[in-house]
Amino acid sequence: MSTDAPDLTNDGARSFRGIAFKTFFAVCAFLSILTTLAIIGTLLYDAVDFFAAVPPLEFLTGTEWTPSNEVYGVWPLISGTLIITFGSAAIALPIGLLTAIYLSEYATERRRAYLKPALEVLAGVPTVVYGYFALVYVTPVLDRILPLGTFNALSASIMVGIMIIPMVSSISEDAMSSVPDSLRQASYGLGATKFTVSTSVVVPAALSGILSSYILALSRAIGETMIVAIAAGMTPRMIDLTDPGGMFLESVQTMTAAMVQIGASDVVGQSTEYKSLFAVGLTLFVITFAMNLFSEWVSSRYREVYR
Amino acid sequence: MTQRTTTQTPTDRTDDRPTNEQATDAEPATDRSGSVADPVIESRDLDVYYGDDQALQNISFEIPEQQVTALIGPSGCGKSTFLRSINRMNDLIDVARVEGDLFFRGKNVYDDDVDPVALRRKIGMVFQKPNPFPKSIYDNVAYGLRVQGEDDGDLDEQVHTALERAALLDEVEGQLDTSGLELSGGQQQRLCIARAIAPDPEVILMDEPASALDPVATSKIEDLVEELAEEYTVVIVTHNMQQAARISDKTAVFLTGGRLVEFDDTDKIFENPEHDRVEDYITGKFG
Amino acid sequence: MSSETDSTTKTDLTDASESSRQPSFEQVSRTKDVAFRWLTLAAALVGIVALAALLLNVLVDALAIFDPANGPWVDWQFLTNPPSFSNPYDAGFFPAIVGSIALMILIALITFPLGVGAAIYLEEYASDGPLTRFIQLNIANLAGVPSVVYGLLGLGLFVGLLNIGFGTLLVAGFTVSLLILPIVIISAQEAIRSVPDSQRQASYGMGATKWQTIRNVVLPRAMPGILTGTILALGRAIGETAPLIMIGAPTAVFGVPNSLFSKISAMPMQIYTWADLPETEFQYGVVAAGVVTLLVILLSINSIAIVIRNRYQTQE
Repeated sequence: MSTDAPDLTNDGARSFRGIAFKTFFAVCAFLSILTTLAIIGTLLYDAVDFFAAVPPLEFLTGTEWTPSNEVYGVWPLISGTLIITFGSAAIALPIGLLTAIYLSEYATERRRAYLKPALEVLAGVPTVVYGYFALVYVTPVLDRILPLGTFNALSASIMVGIMIIPMVSSISEDAMSSVPDSLRQASYGLGATKFTVSTSVVVPAALSGILSSYILALSRAIGETMIVAIAAGMTPRMIDLTDPGGMFLESVQTMTAAMVQIGASDVVGQSTEYKSLFAVGLTLFVITFAMNLFSEWVSSRYREVYR
Repeated sequence: MTQRTTTQTPTDRTDDRPTNEQATDAEPATDRSGSVADPVIESRDLDVYYGDDQALQNISFEIPEQQVTALIGPSGCGKSTFLRSINRMNDLIDVARVEGDLFFRGKNVYDDDVDPVALRRKIGMVFQKPNPFPKSIYDNVAYGLRVQGEDDGDLDEQVHTALERAALLDEVEGQLDTSGLELSGGQQQRLCIARAIAPDPEVILMDEPASALDPVATSKIEDLVEELAEEYTVVIVTHNMQQAARISDKTAVFLTGGRLVEFDDTDKIFENPEHDRVEDYITGKFG
Repeated sequence: MSSETDSTTKTDLTDASESSRQPSFEQVSRTKDVAFRWLTLAAALVGIVALAALLLNVLVDALAIFDPANGPWVDWQFLTNPPSFSNPYDAGFFPAIVGSIALMILIALITFPLGVGAAIYLEEYASDGPLTRFIQLNIANLAGVPSVVYGLLGLGLFVGLLNIGFGTLLVAGFTVSLLILPIVIISAQEAIRSVPDSQRQASYGMGATKWQTIRNVVLPRAMPGILTGTILALGRAIGETAPLIMIGAPTAVFGVPNSLFSKISAMPMQIYTWADLPETEFQYGVVAAGVVTLLVILLSINSIAIVIRNRYQTQE
């Protein structure tokens, strides 16, 4: 009982170093929140000025977009964005889903090892390259069978669609792979074929994951810039409800393309046209942010189902 | 860090040596002989919670110096939890909460001025699965010396001494630069023991150190544990009762519910335990 | 497939018993199954095949394989000349290549410490509370913000508010860094998370502090994964165009940057401005050469990442 109590206290230098590092790391993590705030702040700052000159109602309901005449109705740009999003979705959603089914249910381990990285390449090609491909290769080929303009929504949609396939397929495949094997076994035990198992058991069980991948892919298509700026042209126009298909053959202008057009021109810092950049940017940000959040919410719901 | 409440007031703490009577009075479940002559570690009314689950209830006993104390009991009985509350490894678990007192040489390790990092430098630990770092054998053994800032002396000599004490030097001499991961499982575990003793701690905690090993490697570890007790205080958790009987001087039996049922000399526990439940457990009727 | 088709052999086996009340094991139709299998395989391949065809096209054009009179478009002169907008045979990519590489180095210097730092905080320090979950959700959302919006952030914040100057290397570096930071953080988190907890326990058990454990045990083990993720993110950064347009990167730069405040060009930016020109020599010659150069550089960057990952995997 004679031993002295040991010194177990903290030595100051050690704890100072620890706190210093922890603080630095925490600052790094909080920087992400700061980034979000800075995005919202910069967008609002100039958008507020814009809405002082152009009433928000006029902006949000107007059907004409001609900055040179000081007419700022956002609907033609939203129409253009919808066209491209719809067109690319028509390609990427079914193809991405079927790809995910192949990878998750049919492909051997070996094939999957080759196919997955190859698919990731589709998302890794710079979008400026896709835009160039659409303009100089896809449009001339399609022009032989369709009355296409030099700039058109069709080739841009196809390229955006190809680009977002891996987004749909990889997230959907993750969802399908996490479907417990016992469900598949149960279905096989009832004499189901692989087709039936895939379509009636795996896909429904992975539905929220698939849905989440769809929303993310659409959000990506809405925000895609270079492909549409290069290949779809710069003609703001409303959707012609009597001939929606015809829209694909012509040039349209998306929100992102309009931003590139203004950004690349030499507009002065205080003009309404310059400020309109931020109003359109804010609209785009709100739409994509809401979709990303929605997708996150959908996928967090499905995670709980299988826990 | 871990939340923690101490039932003691600061004034209680200054008079830090509780008498044996105090420790045992309130404890009907604990054996009367829960105190020893020269305790290094002394647990008093220790409760540990993981969230809402209580993992340890009212643990009170004393661990003697330079002996091997075995903690045995069925899985989930809290023996590993107790081991980890000695060097405050439970602090690393967010939901863990400790109440009561645990004294190391008379100092309550749960006092506010105790830095768990300083504590762990005096109380080394060996884990259930061998967990050498993906570094060379030399760097593995030198790791503790380096992080503790004690690498200014003759590092080579300290590394060699530690490997020798861990009975590993003969097998790895001349290849200290190879990765610790290239050793066999038993060698890896002895490397981890060398790593733990290199900074010369006072106590070594072992959490089922042989449970992942084959019988030959196990017997080497057991021999080593007995040798280590000549210089260190060893506390070892094991699920293997024969092992406890072979190598330990004292044995603490934990039974389900996180209670310490009996603590005594190992011979007494295995030959003539006080409690029927302990006898049932020892003879394999239960657990 | 194999496990499905051998049901026929099972049928044969039961035929052996010539009992009168034999159950029927007729082949269930596999037509739909086989067709569906081919359909899914075709879907998996269609994008890859389309991209391969386009890449082949651009390679043929860049090398002028069917029009060898003037030699390939990608040649030493193209790689070392300043750009031209009037004479396609004189046009070069040099300032754009140097600009992109300078930009990439700057972005690496900014994103690596910040990204790894944030990942360390989230994985090693932060407790699993609402604040951490909020940061995590926020990072995931930032990864989905369109790059053109980051361009506006750069324009409003770095050019407008901080007045660092239109189209400079520094503004471009900051803007694209913010854009890829979420990707770097997420991949670094995955790498750190994959370090087994037993390693941390061993280190803490030796009386190491949190920082010592991170520096000596966690980071060395996670570093290959962190590097792979960072390099892949840099590959993404090098292809970004929209943010550069928004921050006012000039359409023509004839020299190489000599300070952080030099106006810079970059490969994708140069491709974009050339693609606007209507002449065939530009559209199918100079731009094709630019695209091939960009893709080759991108491929080499990604190969480095893959080499690091493979070397690490064989070591394990």
